[in-house]
Amino acid sequence: MKWSRRSKVTALALTAVAALLTGCSNAIDAGPGAGAAPVVTVKPKGRLTFALVSHGTAGDPFWTIVKNGAEQAGRDLDVNVEYQSSGDPQTQSQYIDAATNQHVDGLIVSMANPEALKPSISNAEKAGIPVITINAGEDQSKAFGALVHVGQNETIAGQAAGTRLKSLGLHHVVCVIHEAGNTSLDQRCNGAAQTFGGKMDRLQVDVNDLAAATSTIRAKLQEDTSIDGVLTLNPAVATAAVSAKGDSKATFATFDVSSDVINDVKQGKLAFAVDQQPYLQGYLPVQFLHLYATNGDVVGGGKPVLTGPGFVTKDNAAQVAKYAARGTR
Amino acid sequence: MTTTSTPPAERDERVAEVGRVRRLLVRPELGSLIGAIVVLVFFSALSPVFRSVPGIANWLDPASTLGIAAVAVAMLMIGGEFDLSAGVMTATVGLIIAILTSVYGVNVWLAVVIAAVVALGIGLFNGYVVVRTGLPSFIVTLGTYLMLQGLNIGVAKLITGTVLVGGVQRADGFLSAHFVFASSVVLGGTLFKVSIVWWLVLTAVATYVLLRTRYGNWVFAVGGDKAAARNVGVPAARTKISLFMTTSGAAWLVGTITVLRLTSVQANQGIGNELIYIVAAVIGGCLLTGGFGSAVGASLGALIFGMTSQGIVYVGWDADWFKFFLGAMLLLAVLANRFVRRYAEQSRKGATA
Repeated sequence: MKWSRRSKVTALALTAVAALLTGCSNAIDAGPGAGAAPVVTVKPKGRLTFALVSHGTAGDPFWTIVKNGAEQAGRDLDVNVEYQSSGDPQTQSQYIDAATNQHVDGLIVSMANPEALKPSISNAEKAGIPVITINAGEDQSKAFGALVHVGQNETIAGQAAGTRLKSLGLHHVVCVIHEAGNTSLDQRCNGAAQTFGGKMDRLQVDVNDLAAATSTIRAKLQEDTSIDGVLTLNPAVATAAVSAKGDSKATFATFDVSSDVINDVKQGKLAFAVDQQPYLQGYLPVQFLHLYATNGDVVGGGKPVLTGPGFVTKDNAAQVAKYAARGTR
Repeated sequence: MTTTSTPPAERDERVAEVGRVRRLLVRPELGSLIGAIVVLVFFSALSPVFRSVPGIANWLDPASTLGIAAVAVAMLMIGGEFDLSAGVMTATVGLIIAILTSVYGVNVWLAVVIAAVVALGIGLFNGYVVVRTGLPSFIVTLGTYLMLQGLNIGVAKLITGTVLVGGVQRADGFLSAHFVFASSVVLGGTLFKVSIVWWLVLTAVATYVLLRTRYGNWVFAVGGDKAAARNVGVPAARTKISLFMTTSGAAWLVGTITVLRLTSVQANQGIGNELIYIVAAVIGGCLLTGGFGSAVGASLGALIFGMTSQGIVYVGWDADWFKFFLGAMLLLAVLANRFVRRYAEQSRKGATA
């Protein structure tokens, strides 16, 4: 019954949109000499602009390092780097659309939710903007038409960690998973199990409740005294695990780095930390886009460029701590 | 103050013997209109892309999904209540649609309808509890907000094993549903998201309902003084419950648009958006005490949000500062509205005396 009224309103609204648009475009014409509808790119000649749109929330320590890397590359190469981030995939795709409208010379995207970003990324490519994916979305990167993916392959990183655990002479290691259903964590544990050779158990904890995680890990170590190693997959969980050591003889190791983790490595509480080197995930794609724009180079030969695993051990912990203090590790 | 019940009488009272300038000044949306113009001129002057047609299409998009919810939230706030569960409910709706279609093979349209029933049910629950217990809606909807947040993650993990549910695009009826809720319209060679049409239509409908219908008077009345409204025969409980259901209906629409656009949904999506809706409504002239506000104002508040969020990108500022600008804008708008409200009260007294 409301149909006729609603359609009338729709028509009204549409006219309003049209009016608004013509209004605005008239305003443009009245403005500083911009011509007709097509977008005019006003870009200082010679200075390239790259946009980096990540899925990290503002203030996330990991992504702050990525951003520092990208900005440093921008300074080194004399290009503009514009960093935007949002954990919400819709906002992320709107940022990508905005970069496309600006006709940036290159786009760097981390794809935590590849499906959601697909339309915006293909729009950018249709507009002739080269795209590099970083951090997450390695599997989809090629299919989406990206030049290259820059990140850490979790299986390969896991394998490297497994080899290292083996060389420490361990026989029975617990792999602590802190988020149920996060596939990249499974890949890390699987990779480690492949090369470790000994017995590897899985232990489920919740990263949002570190006190409970500590007691779960302590209980596991008390219950099974044959366990001689603990591999955590997150720096906060690593710190929690170290505090759960008690009387056990277990050796601890972790994925990813924080200042607490570096300290624990320095003091020997952690045998090593697997570092995916976020700085490279910001620095390298800017380099690659610059090479592509100025020399047509494509890096990687169709394979991802791996930024990890790097390792933080007692040997280099002091040095890494110095770099971490200035926000690059 | 609100003593009239028949619409014509109220119109007369508002129009009578008030100077034109003062009549303009007392409009609740004035502050947000000025704010929107300032933001528009500011970013247009700094960025040619911002004022280009593709640029406009880009910043109208975040404004539209926010505006759809903000208009409903504004109506609820005029009716004197809050809904903190609206943001998380968009994820609930998305998850219902995504799980039903991708796991159980349900037709998209059927899933959309089921999600609507659930969303309206949550709105009914919110409204019923608030009306029956007399508890502040802030507390009641804070409860549903937390419950929904837990349910979203818990149920998603229980059924799918992950917190990211995708695959909606493979279900029956996706194309037609995508066309209605998530497609783009070509206008002047540029793609505009169809959600912009939804937003404008809803703003127009809400404005009409608020200003031209008996129900609209009821909304202002229950928000202004519930007891007085009831005394003059306004069905206060029914009005409030329907307002909660309107808000959850808007959350359903936003959730549906989002899931069909992204073809996947994250279980923690929408958290924090409830406050952005309220910010848009308050920038648009709504009072936290109820009884005053406007749907157009809330839409303008959403527009300011959209222009600012994308404008910062176009101008090339560090996005770390975005929330600061939003907060400053909120404070300025509230201060302006406070000034305007004083004016409004004076002129109303003048008119009714």
